[in-house]
Amino acid sequence: MHRRDFLKTAGIAAGASVLPFLRYLPAEAAGREDTLLVVVGHGINSLDLHRKGTNRPSYQVTVNLYDRLVRFGVKALPDGSLTYDSTKIEPEVAESWTVSEDGKSLTFKINPKAKFWDGTPVTAEDVQWSFSRAVSLGGFPAVQMKAGSMTKPEQFVAVDNMTFRIDLPEPSKLTLPNLAVPVPFIINSKVAKANATEADPWATEYLHKTPAGSGAYTISRWDPGQQFVYERNDDWALGPKPGVKRVIVREVPSAATRRALIERADADLYMDVPAKDAKELKDAGEVKVSGAPIDNCLHVLGLNVEQKPFDDIRVRQAIAYALPYKDIVSAAAYGRAEPMFGATETKPSTIAWPQPFPYVTDLDKAKALLAEAGLADGFETTLSFNLGLADWQEPTALLIQESLGKIGIKATLDKIPGANWRTAALVEKRLPMHLENFGGWLNYPDYYFFWAYKHGHLFNSSNYKNDEIEILVDETLHMETDNPKYDENVKRMIEIAFAEVPRIPLYQPYLDAAMQRNIDGYASWFHRQLDCREITKTSEKT
Amino acid sequence: MPSKLIQVGRRLAQSVPSVFGIIVISFVLTRALPGDPAVYFAGAMADQESIAQVRESLGLDRTWVEQFFIYVGNLFNGNLGLSLSTGRPVIEELLTRLPASLELTFAGLGLAVLCAVPLGILAATRPGSWIDHLCRVLVTAGVSLPTFFTGLFLIYVFYYLLGWAPSPLGRLDVFSLPPERVTGFYMIDSLIAGEPETAWASFKQLILPAVTLGLFALAPIARMTRAAMLNALASEYVRTARANGLARSTVLVTYALRNAALPVLTTLGMVFSFLLGANVLVEKVFSWPGIGSFAIEALVASDYAAVQGFVLSMALLFVVVNLAIDVILTLVDPRVGLDA
Repeated sequence: MHRRDFLKTAGIAAGASVLPFLRYLPAEAAGREDTLLVVVGHGINSLDLHRKGTNRPSYQVTVNLYDRLVRFGVKALPDGSLTYDSTKIEPEVAESWTVSEDGKSLTFKINPKAKFWDGTPVTAEDVQWSFSRAVSLGGFPAVQMKAGSMTKPEQFVAVDNMTFRIDLPEPSKLTLPNLAVPVPFIINSKVAKANATEADPWATEYLHKTPAGSGAYTISRWDPGQQFVYERNDDWALGPKPGVKRVIVREVPSAATRRALIERADADLYMDVPAKDAKELKDAGEVKVSGAPIDNCLHVLGLNVEQKPFDDIRVRQAIAYALPYKDIVSAAAYGRAEPMFGATETKPSTIAWPQPFPYVTDLDKAKALLAEAGLADGFETTLSFNLGLADWQEPTALLIQESLGKIGIKATLDKIPGANWRTAALVEKRLPMHLENFGGWLNYPDYYFFWAYKHGHLFNSSNYKNDEIEILVDETLHMETDNPKYDENVKRMIEIAFAEVPRIPLYQPYLDAAMQRNIDGYASWFHRQLDCREITKTSEKT
Repeated sequence: MPSKLIQVGRRLAQSVPSVFGIIVISFVLTRALPGDPAVYFAGAMADQESIAQVRESLGLDRTWVEQFFIYVGNLFNGNLGLSLSTGRPVIEELLTRLPASLELTFAGLGLAVLCAVPLGILAATRPGSWIDHLCRVLVTAGVSLPTFFTGLFLIYVFYYLLGWAPSPLGRLDVFSLPPERVTGFYMIDSLIAGEPETAWASFKQLILPAVTLGLFALAPIARMTRAAMLNALASEYVRTARANGLARSTVLVTYALRNAALPVLTTLGMVFSFLLGANVLVEKVFSWPGIGSFAIEALVASDYAAVQGFVLSMALLFVVVNLAIDVILTLVDPRVGLDA
């Protein structure tokens, strides 16, 4: 937009009331109608996901600024909320793909309509360079790529300009969906290489502040600690044209302030609303609340099986019978949760995951199990939780503490600051009883078991070790879901988890967002970040 | 006066050991924190191997002594290191965030002084009257109400219920852009740039947080003013002045207030220092991109360089403020020497 055009549009908008901004929006500015104001609790710290130390909120930059080979589809839930669909993989930069006979190589045809912001076409070489970067820089991106059996740059081959191939050591069902997660995004390798140095061959310093992508949005402003602004890339042709011209994401650390902003209709969209506010906003009905249960995610009570008395299965089961599930769902998750208790069968009949465990609050049974384990008088232990997640963990811990008291278990609460949590719970795995909230990006039960039940794996904070699980997970992880053994194996894993309960599920949480009534198209994503490409804003508020 | 200059120089020299001490202590303390930055920055799904990679690239695999000498060497080159959590040089972060905090602190302090000093004087001249009681109530409220509560309360009333205040979104509303940077104080910069609308917009954003902070700062200043004025008014020189038939205003301002100003000024210096700390919560509530919220986040993430940079800059600021107060005191009261 030229300055003169802008002044014309702005003149109309300014007639209403707000004069001050007229002079200070940049020339390419859009008016209030085309602008989406999003409030979030945490700001971004980098525009490059592959960089070390990039925080979670920054993943949304990658989602909106860069394209991937493929993406997940979106589906509607019964209540009208939208959520991503893990079963539907759609083309993005790749217009089509084929899998070789032996399943060991995937070949992608690149869409000629895919263009970087500088107008140059996206080529197989760019994809090859970007993927090599993801596996070479180490840290989290490398780990995530590894989940899709991608570990070495040699696996990525630019067959010709528009054909790209991935070679796998063995076929895996996880490779294709893993290409739709934020990590394997496609960078303009010519721009990046021109700004790389000998000490920094992957241009991390450059891309940290200057993205070079092909995505539906560009970033026009980033004031660290305050806000960043997306501007629509009108040349983007890999999907329907995004409905909003400009998105301003403001960092508002206080949840009370965020809520006031959305209730006063000064903010359009509020991401990641705490359960309590989500429930109250939904009940008040002034703004729209859109939420979906987070796939493959459970809030659990972990019991450290390497520490006494949790090494005794009867003690773990006793605790599973002593938890106040209903109170936790209503008082800690404010009903924004799928209950995970009260199943009637001890052998699961489906492979649905997460699914309710066969436990209910039954203190007599809990006492009997404790007595059987020789602990009729109970015992003392500590219940640790993460202060960074205190909004649900603190009430949950208090409810658990109270309920365990009734069967003679005296649990002292141990609050651990957010920064120390990972070290204590996941790396050293030294907490006897603790709350944990792992969720897998790839929506397969065996993927959850891989991270949370296999010995030594990061989210297995219970130090759980079961030889059968080890074998089952290894055998199933890469297996196609239509393999007849798949269902059988997954059911067996779940059955073991039911019986042994090193992790007692409390509920499956929701990811909630609140928005004004004129905002449509918002979807919950597995990465829990904002994807603004599908969002639309109609001018009249109803 | 060269002797005064020498005194100022000596005063500055005295602060060198304390600054050095602060460097050492902040270095040791940040490393004694229980968090492990390598684990934190390796990210959500990192395994042992990638944690080790991060540790090495952060230089955390070296000994403390080695790390310390690298740190001090960098300091002498004006390099405060890189903040890992924001991915930018610490010095850059401090330079953009410190003015935000200072603007807020000065506004809050200014407001507090404007209210507290007249209030204290009036309370002292009419002890036991309604104004004295009002002073007492305000002082008690200011001390006992936590700033985040006052902040949320003001937002609730003036933004949420009445809609008078602009949305608490930080230093400027969404549709204004910050003025070109000269001092970093938005109100001053926008006036320099000739943009009165921006100055007005940033002024509106500043009101509620400044009032919140002002209420908090009001208490000690009003109390000190009242006490000092009571002392001064009961003194022999005021009695003499009155007996000599001087005008009431002359007695009050020239004789009583000038003498009472000394303890008030000293209190001001202290209040300023702790306001910078109290800022943190106000910044959180009003989304103010200040140095306090930066420091807290850095602390949570065990972001060593950022925490050290923050502590160091605060220490330097304290030194400067104390020095400034001392200099002002000598100007107000010639009896006060710098080495007193």
